Amino acid sequence: MSEKLTDWTSGAEAIIYQDCAACGSHQYFRRGFCAACGAADPVQKRASGEGIVYATSLVCRAATPETRAHVPYNIVLVDAAEGFRMMAHGDNELAIGDKVTARYRQFAGRLVPYFEKVK
Amino acid sequence: MQLYIKARRFAAPRNDGDLGIRTAMSFITGVGLTSYGKHEGSSSLDLMSKAAAMAIADAGLKRTDIDGVLCGYSTVAPHIMLATVFAEHFGIRPSYAHAVQVGGATGLAMTMLAHHLVEVGVAGHVLVVSGENRLTGQSRDASIQALAQVGHPDYEVPLGPTIPAYYGLVASRYMHEYGVTQEDLAEFAVLMRAHACSHPGAQFHEPITVADVMASKPVAMPLKLLDCCPVSDGGAAFVVSRERTGETGILVRGCAQAHTHQHVTAAPRLSELGAEISIAKAKAASGVAISDVRYAAVYDSFTITLAMLLEDLGLARRGEAAGRVRSGYFNRDGEMPLNTHGGLLSYGHCGVGGAMAHLVETHLQMTGRAGNRQVRDASLALLHGDGGVLSSHVSMFLERVR
Repeated sequence: MSEKLTDWTSGAEAIIYQDCAACGSHQYFRRGFCAACGAADPVQKRASGEGIVYATSLVCRAATPETRAHVPYNIVLVDAAEGFRMMAHGDNELAIGDKVTARYRQFAGRLVPYFEKVK
Repeated sequence: MQLYIKARRFAAPRNDGDLGIRTAMSFITGVGLTSYGKHEGSSSLDLMSKAAAMAIADAGLKRTDIDGVLCGYSTVAPHIMLATVFAEHFGIRPSYAHAVQVGGATGLAMTMLAHHLVEVGVAGHVLVVSGENRLTGQSRDASIQALAQVGHPDYEVPLGPTIPAYYGLVASRYMHEYGVTQEDLAEFAVLMRAHACSHPGAQFHEPITVADVMASKPVAMPLKLLDCCPVSDGGAAFVVSRERTGETGILVRGCAQAHTHQHVTAAPRLSELGAEISIAKAKAASGVAISDVRYAAVYDSFTITLAMLLEDLGLARRGEAAGRVRSGYFNRDGEMPLNTHGGLLSYGHCGVGGAMAHLVETHLQMTGRAGNRQVRDASLALLHGDGGVLSSHVSMFLERVR
């Protein structure tokens, strides 16, 4: 497998996805193989951070003291321009279908992707 | 022998077992259910034992007749071998035993497995049991946190989602695509509460209105407190047997599963979710059509879950389930009585036992023992369970044979 690029899950301001050279599938959850066809070593790529809001849920009841300090916070699913879907945070006012771009924020002691509406 | 031949008339054609004399079948022969709510001082094993004893007695069996045990899990008392922990505690030595974990679909998944186990002769009487002191055994925060771990550990959980948030995401999309409103969703909470009001074992007995649901505290929008099932203590059990033990047989007519994803991020589009796949396979396995169904027991962890599943299963057209609630279609005296015990939303949700209560209620309805909740005709029932975030699905048809 090629060298691992770092992304927000390990504290870097980046969103990484994988492309399969064999079947052309995209996947967001990192694996050493393509989940669609099984081919080894999908190619890691850095996403542009552009996308469209697929779903939103404003969390008003959190379960830990660290996350409770942030309520309400908006959990969003974003369809990235590159063809994969990801979960992130976003502006509380975001609506389904909004064009968004990724920023990064601190949440409960970690860096998380945070989507803002493209003006 | 007469009984089997008579029953066979109802069963879908399949290969004859037993030297061609009868088709292998399975029956739900007994059910047990505790009240849901607070059982202060009861452990998960206590609640499992209580429900198990009731189910075995209901089947007219002795505990020594039980030769198979399938159990769920307890988030309060996790164990790598819960079935044998239970069997030892309960005082039985089964020849087949293990736990099953499919989230909210576990109860029906265990029933499906028990059905196949008795069909092939691995066991004669399988006890399916679950119970958990989820309400009094741990804090609500601990429950919410434990359950949120069904999310992806790297890509979802660090974002601080909760189970209501996972379903809130699905709800927002469903409402967007099919024009469903928050008031529509509230109807399901109102219906389940109305049903719970006539069951003494239900956790909640105060009637609620759509306005109450709308005014309840926001949890994970668009879901508010009354759109969400509660956390409960409780236990449920049933016995699945190769032969009926009473005059009325509750036959497992056919069942099927579908698993399309685990995490909501990886879920397929709304039109490709697992409920539609599992119901299609269950219909094919049983030869039953939705128009044959007289009673429905459908998983209702949140109002959106129930709305979507009813439509996925074909019990309402897309976007029209709430309208059917308003017209009384799913009432006890309606055309398709639904979760007449009050469902997860109002009978309560103690983990795996939560959705098992749906099957217990179905059994009571089918055997004419539901008392003041009795429906006119529950001769054929559709049950559906969902685990994860609409990740795992089990559909099942039960039929009464005399």
